[in-house]
Order: sequence, then structure tokens, then C-alpha cells
Amino acid sequence: MRDTIPGGAMSQSTATRQRPLSPHLTVYRWPITMTMSILHRVTGGALYFGTLLVAWWLIAAATSEEYFNFVSWLYGSWFGRLVLFAYTWVLMHHMLGGLRHLIWDTGAGLEKHTASKIAWATLAGSITLTVLIWIAGYAARGGF
Amino acid sequence: MADMRTPLGKVRGLGSAREGTGHFWKQRLTAISNIPLVLFFVGLLVAINGADYAQTRATLSSPFVALPLILVLVSVLYHMRIGMQVIIEDYVHGELNKLALIVLNTFFTVAVGVVAVFSLLKLAFGG
Repeated sequence: MRDTIPGGAMSQSTATRQRPLSPHLTVYRWPITMTMSILHRVTGGALYFGTLLVAWWLIAAATSEEYFNFVSWLYGSWFGRLVLFAYTWVLMHHMLGGLRHLIWDTGAGLEKHTASKIAWATLAGSITLTVLIWIAGYAARGGF
Repeated sequence: MADMRTPLGKVRGLGSAREGTGHFWKQRLTAISNIPLVLFFVGLLVAINGADYAQTRATLSSPFVALPLILVLVSVLYHMRIGMQVIIEDYVHGELNKLALIVLNTFFTVAVGVVAVFSLLKLAFGG
């Protein structure tokens, strides 16, 4: 295409000079900050509906022993534990992500590499906290 | 005759709902209160997981648990209501759909809150 540009060698060298390009979507490497930004919204949305599990547990405790045992059994089943484990991570991740936003609100930590480091720290922190909470949970009940 | 008023004069007193940065601020306020409250809630669940019906009721009916739990619910539900409203405003463009979802968002949040707080009050006072 450039061959067709009128003006000869002069303008051609101008056209081929290194210029910043727009992100090319198929080869675009996602910055971790973008992933964490999306995750913050997704985890927030998940927590929104997660409150139903909290409300259900409280309702069960206030209703009857039979109903409480049913909900306890459900939450304690392998599937229930899986959901609660995911819930824990989502909660911790959103909390640390929120903390990151509060830091940013002060104007600190916005430099590109700092922001990326904090983003990775959010992920590492949320996984670590989740594992620690579940270890503490199992320790509190004396095993599995 | 052409309208002689300036563009600023035309929009004065019409535009904003006079809340301005209200949502921004409340989102941050509840974000801050959520941190200790959610940590309390998680700590409570860690401590009483596996507890039977009687133990759970005894724990939840204590004012030292019930009162912070009510604060957890108020703070978290307020925070999530604003958050979901932002999501709705970002992705739903039809004016009617947007309005309907924003109304539903508030109804949902209030319903969850009322039911959960009532359960805690029943545990504390209902015997």
C-alpha cells in the first residue's frame, strides 16, 4: 500500500518510521491491572448474590432445628464447601481490591509498575488469606 | 423570538440531582467500614463452623455478636446496592430497563436486609 503513496522515497521513509501503534487486539498482552479491574467488578457482582447465602443461614438459625440442620448439611457438603471456599476467595479478593482502590484514592501507587505490583499482590494476598481462613476453620473444628 | 438565555442559564437548576459525589463518598465510607466488619464476620464463621443448632443460636443471640452482625449487614448491603447501581448504569442503556433494574436493586437489597436483621432480632428476643 505504501508504494502507492505519491511523493517518492522521502514520504515513504516518514511513513515507515517507528510510531506508536494502537493495541492490536489479537496480540495484546493484558496488563494485570486490567484483569484485576475486571475481577473487582465480577467479584463484587458475585458477592451481591452471595449475601443470599448469609441471609439463608440466618433465617435457618431463626426457624427451627430441623431446617437449620438441613442448611448446615447443605453448606457442609462437598459442593457447599466448594461454594463457600470460592465465596471466601471472592470476598478476600474484593476486600483487597477495595483496599487498593482506597490507596489509589489518596493519589499513591498509580505509577504503572507500582500499580502492576499492587495488582499481583492483591491476587497473592487473596489466595493466601483464603487458605489461611480455611486452615483456621478446620483447626477450629478439630479436623475435617 | 429566539431564546436569549445563555446555555448556562438554561441548565441551571435542572441538571444534577444535587447529590454530586455522594455515591462516590458513600461507596468509600462503606468500603472502610466493611473491612473490620467483614473480618469480624469471617472470624465468627471460623470460630463457630461446625457448631450445632443450640450453640449457633446461643452465639447469634449474644449482643456482642448480633449487634456487629447487624452493622455488617447494613454496611455490606448499602455498599453492594451502590456498586450494583453503577454496574446497571454502565451496561443497561434502555432508560426504562435501567430504571426498573435500579428499583429492583434497591428492593432486593432492602429485602435481604430486613429478612436477615429480623432473623437476628428473633434469635435475640424471640427465645
